[in-house]
Amino acid sequence: MYEFNYHRPGTLEAAAAALAAAEDGQVLAGGQTLIPTLKQRLASPSDVVDLGSIAGLDGVRREGESIVVGAMTRHADVASSPEVQAAIPALASLAEGIGDPQVRNCGTIGGSIANADPAADYPAAVVGLGASIRTDRRTIAGDDFFTGLFETALEEGEIIVSVSFPIPRRAAYAKFPNPASRYAIVGVMAAETSGGVRVAVTGAGDRVFRVGAMEAALAGSFSADALAGASVSADGLNEDIHAGADYRAHLVGVMARRAVAAAAG
Amino acid sequence: MPVNVSMNVNGRAISEEVEDRTLLVELLRETLRLTGTHVGCDTSQCGACVVHVDGRSVKACTMLATQAHGADVVTIEGLAEGGKLHPMQEAFRDNHGLQCGFCTPGMVMSALDLVARNPDPTGPEVREWLEGNLCRCTGYHNIVKSILAGASTMRGGS
Amino acid sequence: MAESGIGASVPRTEDQRFLTGSGDYTDDTTFPHQTHAAFVRSTHPHASFTLDTTAAASAPGVVTVLTGADLAADEIGTLICGWQVTGKDGEPHKAPPHPVLAVDTVRHVGDAIAIVVAESARAARDAAEQVEVSYAPLPAVVSMRDALADGAPQIHSDAPGNLCYDWEIGDRAATDDAFARAHHVARLDLVNNRLIPNAMEPRSAIGDFNPASGDYTLRLTSQNPHIHRLVLAAFIQIAPEHKLHVIAPDVGGGFGSKIFIYQEETAVLWAAGKIGRPVKWTADRSESFVADAHGRDHESHVELALDADGRFLGLKVSTLANMGAYLSTFASCVPSYLYGTLLQGQYTTEAIYCEVKAVFTNTTPVDALRGAGRPEATYVVERIVDQAAREMGIDAAELRRRNFIPADAFPYPTKVALEYDSGNYRLALDRALEIADYGDFAARREASSARGRLRGIGLSAYIEACGIAPSQVVGSLGAGVGLWESGGIRFNPTGNVLVYTGSHSHGQGHETTFAQLVSDYLGVPFESVEVVHGDTEKTPFGMGTYGSRSLAVGGSALVKAMDKIIAKGRKIAAFTLEASEEDIEFSGGDFAVAGTDRSMNIAEVAFSAYVPHNYPLDELEPGLEETGFYDPANFTFPAGTHVCEVEVDPETGTTEIVNWVAVDDFGNVVNPMIVEGQVHGGVAHGVGQALLEGCAYDADGQLLTGSFMDYTMPRADDLPDMTVETTCTPCPHNPLGVKGCGEAGAIAAPAAVMNAITDALGTNAIDMPATPQAVWRALSE
Repeated sequence: MYEFNYHRPGTLEAAAAALAAAEDGQVLAGGQTLIPTLKQRLASPSDVVDLGSIAGLDGVRREGESIVVGAMTRHADVASSPEVQAAIPALASLAEGIGDPQVRNCGTIGGSIANADPAADYPAAVVGLGASIRTDRRTIAGDDFFTGLFETALEEGEIIVSVSFPIPRRAAYAKFPNPASRYAIVGVMAAETSGGVRVAVTGAGDRVFRVGAMEAALAGSFSADALAGASVSADGLNEDIHAGADYRAHLVGVMARRAVAAAAG
Repeated sequence: MPVNVSMNVNGRAISEEVEDRTLLVELLRETLRLTGTHVGCDTSQCGACVVHVDGRSVKACTMLATQAHGADVVTIEGLAEGGKLHPMQEAFRDNHGLQCGFCTPGMVMSALDLVARNPDPTGPEVREWLEGNLCRCTGYHNIVKSILAGASTMRGGS
Repeated sequence: MAESGIGASVPRTEDQRFLTGSGDYTDDTTFPHQTHAAFVRSTHPHASFTLDTTAAASAPGVVTVLTGADLAADEIGTLICGWQVTGKDGEPHKAPPHPVLAVDTVRHVGDAIAIVVAESARAARDAAEQVEVSYAPLPAVVSMRDALADGAPQIHSDAPGNLCYDWEIGDRAATDDAFARAHHVARLDLVNNRLIPNAMEPRSAIGDFNPASGDYTLRLTSQNPHIHRLVLAAFIQIAPEHKLHVIAPDVGGGFGSKIFIYQEETAVLWAAGKIGRPVKWTADRSESFVADAHGRDHESHVELALDADGRFLGLKVSTLANMGAYLSTFASCVPSYLYGTLLQGQYTTEAIYCEVKAVFTNTTPVDALRGAGRPEATYVVERIVDQAAREMGIDAAELRRRNFIPADAFPYPTKVALEYDSGNYRLALDRALEIADYGDFAARREASSARGRLRGIGLSAYIEACGIAPSQVVGSLGAGVGLWESGGIRFNPTGNVLVYTGSHSHGQGHETTFAQLVSDYLGVPFESVEVVHGDTEKTPFGMGTYGSRSLAVGGSALVKAMDKIIAKGRKIAAFTLEASEEDIEFSGGDFAVAGTDRSMNIAEVAFSAYVPHNYPLDELEPGLEETGFYDPANFTFPAGTHVCEVEVDPETGTTEIVNWVAVDDFGNVVNPMIVEGQVHGGVAHGVGQALLEGCAYDADGQLLTGSFMDYTMPRADDLPDMTVETTCTPCPHNPLGVKGCGEAGAIAAPAAVMNAITDALGTNAIDMPATPQAVWRALSE
C-alpha cells in the first residue's frame, strides 16, 4: 500500500470538502474492493475519505412503495433485514450471495455500485428493479447510473447517500458465480414491476445490461417457458479463463429462466 | 502521516500511533504482537486473518486499523479463559478440525460468528458459511464436524 | 495405556497452541534489529536486462540493495538439483545454472533479480519499486510443444532444444509384442494440469549472522531443515555446515512446496551475513503464485493392449513433463522415477514401456507436489482402464478384478523396477463398492435423470510407493542424498522422555503420533513424552518429511533407538537386580527378572542411569540416551480404491460430488483419527485438481491465475462428507508394519472424479480441471 492521508469526517459536507481539497481523493465505504486494490498497489490516492463515521448513511427503511437502503448499509444487513425480506426477497437473497460472510459484514451497497465492477451483484438489482440512486447532489435513475467498465454517472467528489428500490410484484436473482472469486460470471435479475418486466444481466458485459427481447417475451407471460430458446448474442460479452463469451451467452439464458422460475414459483 | 487508533482488543484498551496505511492485521500482529491472527493471502479470500470487530467476523487484512477506531476487537487469543479452551476450540481439537493450524484461528473466529447467528446450523449451512475460509489440509470434513459439535456444546452450555 | 497407545485416536498435543493463537510460525518471530527484505522480480518471461539500483539504495529506510553481481563477487553458488536422471542416451540430464538472483537474463515471470533490505517491510517494498530494470525482451516459450519445436527460442545455452532429458523405463520390445497380440487397444491423450501448491502459510525466512562467532541462523518454512542446511552449506556455500543453524518452527502446510531450496531464503541468509543484522522475508500470496515451485503439468499419450477377456497385455505411455525455467531441487526425479515406476498400478500388466521427455519452458519451475509423480501415474493407469472397460463393455470394477495382482502373489516384481511388498487390492475394492452401494447405482442414475441431471460413478484403484528411501536404490537411480532417517531417545533422570526426530511435522501431527509410538513401545505415560523436531542443533541429522515417509522411515528409526534403550536398560536392570542380562524381560515399561517378582520400571532404570554411584563403569556406561538411523529395505506400497459419485447439471456444466468412499491399505495405523484426516485432505487436493485448480499462462508467458481471485482453491462447499475406511496388510519390512497415508487421497482422487464425470457425460473428451465451462463444452460437442 502506498502512503495516503486518512480522513474520518463526521458529516457528508465535511466528507465532500475533504474530497474537494484532495489532490486525488478516494471515498472509503466498506473497503472490500478498495483495500485489496490499495494493498496490491494498483491505486495510489493522495487521500482516503472514510464515510464510516457519518451518521444516518446506513440502515434500511420502507418509504411508501419503495425500500430505501442507506449507502453504508452492509450486505449482511440487507440480507437479514426483515423489511427487505418481506418486500423484495430477491434483493435479500442477492445480498446474501455476495462474496463471503466477512465481505458481507463490511461491504456496502454504496461502495459496490460506485465501484461499478462489471461482475458485481448489486448492479443487477439496481437496474433489474429500476432503482434510483440519491447522492449528496441529486437523484440518478438506475438505468442511467452505470456508464461503462468501472464507470458511473457520479461526478468528481459526488457521494452516494442511498438507493431506493421500488417494490416489484415479483422478482428473483439467479447467479452463476466465478468459482474462484465468487463474483458473478453471470447474474440475472428478473422482475415484474409496476413499470413492466425487467431483465438485467451482470457479469456478462462491460457493465450491467437489460435484455429487451427477454423482457418482451416475459411481458406476454411471466414464466420460464416464455424464455424457451431465448438467448443473447455472444458478441462483445466478457471472456476470461473461466468463461468464454459463448458460454456466458448460454448462461444468461439459463440464469434468466431460473430467475423467472424462482420469481414465478 | 501517523494517526492515533484506540480500541478494545480482547477486553484490553489499547491506544497506538500508526501510519495511515496500517491494516488492522498489521496492528494486531506487529504492534500488539498478537500473532495468532494470520495472513495467508493478499486478495481477501483465505480468511486466516478473521477476527471479530464489534461482534462481527471481518477480515483483518481488509480493514484499516483506523476503521476499527473505537471498536471492540476479539482475536483468537481472546477466546480461552484462564487456560480453558472455548467450547469451539475444544470441538476443533476433539474432532481433529485442524492439521497445520495456520487457517485455524480464522476458522474458529468465523465459526463463532455463524453460531451467533444460527445456533443450530446444518452441515451444508456450515459449508456455505465457510466460503471465506480456505484450508489446504483437512478437506474441510473435520472442520465441519468440529463446528457442528462446537455449536451443539454451546447450545447445551448456555 | 490403550487410550494413548498405538491404534488409539488420541487428540493432538500440538492443537492447544494452534487453537489459542500461540503457534510459532516463521513470520510470527521478530528479532531485535531485524530488517525486512523485498524482492525485485521479473515481469517478463524471458528477457535480458540491466539494473540501476541507485535510487532504491538511497530511498528512505533502505539498508542495502543486492544483486546477482554481488552474489558472484562473494562467490555464492547457484541453486542445485539433487537428483541426476540419466537419459536414453546414457547422458545425464541438463541442469543449467539457476542463479539465486538472475544475472543478465530472466527466464520466467517472478524470477528474482535483486533483494532490497530496509528497516520495514513497507520501506523495502517502496524501494523495490525504485530499482530500475531495463528489459530487452527475448522470445519466450510457454508450452512444451512449442519449446520442443524446431527453431524454438533457447532458454538455456546448455540445454539444446530445451530438453532436460529423454528418459525411458520398461521393455519396449516386449510391449510392442504385447500390442501385436492384442484383441483390443484403448488409447487416450491426457493432460495432467499444472497446479500451484498454495499451502496456507506463505513461505517465509529470517536470516541472521553473529559476527562474533561467525554463526549463521536461518529460520524458515521448511519441510526438511537439515537438507536446507546441507545444500546451503555444501553447494551454495554460504557457510560451512557446522556454522549454520537451520530452524523450521511451526510450518503451515507444505505439500512438497517447502522441501525445496529457493532463491529467497538463500538471498536472505546471505544478506544477513553482509549487513550483520537479521533479515526477514515473508511472501505475499501473489509472490507465492510465481515463486513457489508448481506441480504436475504433464501431457501424455497412453495405450493399453488387452486380450479378448480383458486381461492387460501391455501398457505404453509417452509423456511430456514441464520443468519450467530451471531445474528445481528434486524436479528431475518426479516425472521419471516417481512416475514411470508406478505404471504397473495394481495390475498384472505383462509388459510396460514408458518414455518421458522433460522440457524447459519460460514458466515457474515445477517440482514435487503432494504425491509427486504417483498421482500422474495413477491418473494415466486408471483413466485408460476405465476407457478400456467402456470400450469393451466390461464393468469397470470387474475389469479391475480380472487384472489385480492376487493377494498371494507378494512379493511381486513389477515390470518397472519395483518389488511390491504386500497388498490385498480386491479386498479394498470390494469393500469400497459395498459402502458406495455400487450395485444400486443404476437406480440412482435414473432418479437423477428424472431431475434432468447426469449421474456418474468412478473408481480409482491407486498405488503409491511411499516411505521414500532406500538409500541404495535411490542412489543407484541418481539421488544425490541418502534417504534414511534418524531418531533419538533421551530419558531424563526423572523418567520423562525427549524424542528427537529428523522428520518434520507441518500438519501431520508427529508430536502426537510419535509420542504414542514411544509411549506404547517403552511403556511410559503419553504425557511424559515430548517430541522435538525441526531444528538442526537439537535433532540428529535428518532427511525431513515428504513422500509419506515420516512414520515408515522416521518412526522406524525411533524403533531402532528404542531397541537400543531397551538393551541398555536391560543391562542396568541386570546389574541393579543382580541377575544375568539374558534373564531380564522387558514388557509394559518394566524390566523383570524372568520367573521372579523382581522388576524395575523404566523410569527407575533411567534414574539409576544418571545416578551411577556404584556402576561398574568399565562394563556399564551411565546415561540413557540412544540414537538410531534407519534405512529401509524397500519402499512401502499403500494402495486402495476410492469411489466418487457425481451429478452433473447439463445446463450449466456444474459438477457436484454427491458421494465419496475411500478404502485404503496403509498397513498398521497408529492414530486412526489423524490418518482419516490425512485422507480427507488428500482427497480435497485431488478433487481440487480434477474440478477446480488449473494454473494458466497466456501465450506471452504471463500467469493468468496469479491470485485466489482466478486460481480456484477447493472450498468447503466444493467437497462432500467422505466415508473413509482402512484395510490392513502390514508392511513386512519395517518394524512398525506401517506404509504411509499423507498422499493417498491426492493420488487416488483425480482419476476417481474424472472417471465419474466421463461416466456421467458419456465422453472422454474432457481434461482436468473439469470446470463447468469444460463440462458444458464437452457436452456441446
